[in-house]
Amino acid sequence: MEITLNHYLLLAGVIFFIGVMGVLTRRNVLIILMSTELMLNSANIALVAFSHYLHHIQGMMFVLFTMTVAAAEVGVGLAIVITLFRNKRTVDVSNFNILKW
Amino acid sequence: MQGLMFMGTAGIAVFSAIMMITRKNPIASIMYLLLTFFCFASIYVILGAQFLAAVQLIVYGGAILILFLFVVMLLNLREGEMEEKPAPVWKTLGFVLGVGMMLVALSYIVRTPETVAHVEASRELFAMGRVDFIGKALFTEFVFPFEVAGVLLLAAVVGAVALAKKNRA
Repeated sequence: MEITLNHYLLLAGVIFFIGVMGVLTRRNVLIILMSTELMLNSANIALVAFSHYLHHIQGMMFVLFTMTVAAAEVGVGLAIVITLFRNKRTVDVSNFNILKW
Repeated sequence: MQGLMFMGTAGIAVFSAIMMITRKNPIASIMYLLLTFFCFASIYVILGAQFLAAVQLIVYGGAILILFLFVVMLLNLREGEMEEKPAPVWKTLGFVLGVGMMLVALSYIVRTPETVAHVEASRELFAMGRVDFIGKALFTEFVFPFEVAGVLLLAAVVGAVALAKKNRA
């Protein structure tokens, strides 16, 4: 069986929406952060697949920068989680409503 | 052969991603996410991006997931501090919304005709993911984003330390 670009895009789409479902259905802020990582990774798969099938290195470069941004995002995100936990003693996002009025 | 490898890794990736979002224990979620990232690294190898596969394992498996693991253990969550049961209506709504959007997006992918010609696996094609090609591109064509990424990482380090510091002046 031959694997085409569409197969990779389908895989990326399925993984992306599993991440979306994780964000929508879970209340644990750590698992929500992990689901966003999953979504970033699915975009990376699509970019690498395009890079492979179009013979261009640009997609791979983009993935490298996405990984940099993901690492920075996780560092700051987890710092925010620690601060929130120190103030609220919970990781349930429905309790994080201090910006709501 | 390539098809079999792709199907196998894709299947494991989707399975472990689903397990990741459904586990109650955050540690189990992290372990399933690690399995997903391993599968993604093998898919990068199938696509001829060996350097990115290595970076994926080092950055995601070695740094990001370890950071998650550290935070879970640092918080030392007890039973009552975990997530509360979400109202079932929100859970179903989120699930239905997610599946609906997935079906819409996937139907577009499926209906799109294959526009890219079949790629013959060649030596030259798989050389593109090698570290010397990536490095050359990184220091010529993409040197400005590369420098900006360095500034971004510095800002992230300072921000994380400033946020997590215990007593602020």
